[in-house]
Amino acid sequence: MGATAPATATPGEDRAPRPVTGLRTPRPGRRHSVNRPRRSVLLTVLTGLVLVYALVPLVWLVINSTKTQSGLLSSSGLWFDSDFAFFRNIADTLTYNDGVFVRWLFNTLLYVVVGAGGATFLAVLGGYALAKFQFPGKRGIFAVVIGAVAVPGTALAVPTFLMFSKMGLTDTPWAVIIPSLISPFGLYLMWVFAAEAIPTELLEAARIDGASEIRTFFTVSLPLLAPGIVTVLLFTMVATWNNYFLPLIMLKNPDWYPLTLGLNSWNAQAQTNGGEAIFNLVITGSLLTIVPLIAAFLLLQRYWQSGLAAGSVKE
Amino acid sequence: MYNTARRRTVRGAGLASVLALALTLTACGGSSDDSGSDSGSADDVKTALEKGGSLTVWTWDSTMPKVAKDFEAAHPKVKVKVVNAGTSKEEYTALQNAIAAGKGVPDVAQIEYFALGQFSLAKSVADLSKYGADKLGDSFSPGPWNAVKSGEAVYGLPVDSGPMALYYNKKVFDKYKIAVPATWDEYVTAAEKLHKADPKAYITADTGEAGFATSLIWQAGGHPYTVDGTNVGIDFTDPGSATFAKTWQKLIDGKLLAPVTSWTDEWFKGLADGTIATLATGAWMPTNLTTGAPAAAGDWRVAPLPQWKAGEKSSAESGGSSLAVPAAGKNKALAYAFTEYAAAGAGVKSRVKDGAYPATTADMTSKEFLDTKFDYFGGQEINKVFAQSASEVAPDWSYLPFQVYANSIFNDTVGKAYVSGTTLSEGLAAWQKQSRDYGSEQGFTVK
Repeated sequence: MGATAPATATPGEDRAPRPVTGLRTPRPGRRHSVNRPRRSVLLTVLTGLVLVYALVPLVWLVINSTKTQSGLLSSSGLWFDSDFAFFRNIADTLTYNDGVFVRWLFNTLLYVVVGAGGATFLAVLGGYALAKFQFPGKRGIFAVVIGAVAVPGTALAVPTFLMFSKMGLTDTPWAVIIPSLISPFGLYLMWVFAAEAIPTELLEAARIDGASEIRTFFTVSLPLLAPGIVTVLLFTMVATWNNYFLPLIMLKNPDWYPLTLGLNSWNAQAQTNGGEAIFNLVITGSLLTIVPLIAAFLLLQRYWQSGLAAGSVKE
Repeated sequence: MYNTARRRTVRGAGLASVLALALTLTACGGSSDDSGSDSGSADDVKTALEKGGSLTVWTWDSTMPKVAKDFEAAHPKVKVKVVNAGTSKEEYTALQNAIAAGKGVPDVAQIEYFALGQFSLAKSVADLSKYGADKLGDSFSPGPWNAVKSGEAVYGLPVDSGPMALYYNKKVFDKYKIAVPATWDEYVTAAEKLHKADPKAYITADTGEAGFATSLIWQAGGHPYTVDGTNVGIDFTDPGSATFAKTWQKLIDGKLLAPVTSWTDEWFKGLADGTIATLATGAWMPTNLTTGAPAAAGDWRVAPLPQWKAGEKSSAESGGSSLAVPAAGKNKALAYAFTEYAAAGAGVKSRVKDGAYPATTADMTSKEFLDTKFDYFGGQEINKVFAQSASEVAPDWSYLPFQVYANSIFNDTVGKAYVSGTTLSEGLAAWQKQSRDYGSEQGFTVK
């Protein structure tokens, strides 16, 4: 379900293309540049295929969220059924079981805002410190962070569960939020980005002018880090939004379920003695679940440009 | 599945309370069974109801939340929180974990009959006989009651049952002029006729399901499992198992079973469009059919389960569950009060109204219940078929005290017969061996 990150590189300026020397001289009138790229049928077809591959599930989801429970089973998967039930499905999804879906949505938002927001904030602080300050033990920390990036979160879920159950934290929102606050990959990304995006001369200038480190961080560094922050925020947001295994083992109380677990419990409902099958609501619910993610990507696109620091200092 | 209007605040909503909680946890030292005022008698149940309190009930049954609300209305001092902690195996895993951790154990838990032995043998669920469950024996139909009892002890109260019947798609049967089979041999013949007439249609879908196989062996008079405390016998060479294996092998060899796993979308699709023409399963299925395959409304009918010998009257149960009271629960008397209300009290009526199939004889044989006509089944009074089936369930069936595990390895053993050259009887032998080995490892005396 993860959306793919859009390409980040937008060229800062168009320099006139330098004539290519060496292998062959270009024929006049057939110069290719960034703005006039060489067209390749093969590449276009290949990227087109990849695009279709990525979009078909989404199209399927949109089409099938307009069907009733019986329409789902009796009509073709890639075309609409005669009975258009899209708005009925949405209404049913939001009201089924006393509107539990809405509660799950708020739980998910809570986990994302506190968990992913906190993870991003910690990653920015840590990454900046590691990139711009000299202190003993930096190499050790680097090794630990790189090692932590390599450990999948799923592998840590069970040990975390045992630890939390000893502390009496299982079955509370903290059980989901606290592990989400740690994002080694986000820290690493922020570190690399801060090292590149913040010219050391700028910090020196701020120090000479007498700004405190805190003030320097908030007024000088943070704006320069914005594109990186947005990138990390998107990563942690997607990870928290789609988190399934951790809440699965931590939470038993449906009052605290995120959307992923809630939808799964709806899906499992059909598979039991005397249970009610609500595939149409599961599908509509899944669609409603990914809409905020897509919206977040579209809204944060414009912050996603590097090169804010270009021209701030003479290189 | 629960009532949002009655949320309890979460413990540990701040670091201070978390620390306090951690301290109290270490202070208790994990002894969960406080046998103070909870010695257990019918009077305790009365006292507990008067005193009130709050209960957490784990159930995946969609009819339970209403029962909980009604119970709260009848006993204003009691708060009941219904939690869907997963279905069947998922819930049992969660329950085992909670019991092992000594934390988060529910006051009442839904446990299917096949899994109850596992919890009762480990003393994880309380014996309810002293609270008054011993007097309820006559209320329940024999199959379910037999499933919750062990000697004099009663480890749960039956909340639903699944006397088996044959659901068949009348439209398909009429179209190809197939008679409703009265014996399993006729069933095989019908399977051949149907598949020949329409290569896309199958008599039923089966990719190997433990519950289904054991139920048919049960109906055939088989007793593969004998359980006496920790002495367990596992023997799939008895006549009942052989009868089942021989007949079902014909269906497998003739490629007459749709290779579709139960409960998948594809399965529901087949039930809806007539490519899966029959279904031999429990009396709880109507709700699933009505909601899962609404397009087939009016096509389906219910007939008695085909017999292994013409003229016999034998049946079996498929599925069905009980409510049990975990031994680690804090307020077992109150928990029992709710359990009895849901299983043998006013709760039954409300659940039957919402489509559950009861385990209580009185409700199963009440005129109103028997005379109910079901539009989905073309106006048929299907409860008559189920009630008849319930009274014919073959006696003395027992499940293993580790049936949950045994069922989990069914597909790696017996399941092979559906996809390879292995025969069913070879598969059953492998299942028997692996189940025995596991039993020995777990400290059972297995023969």
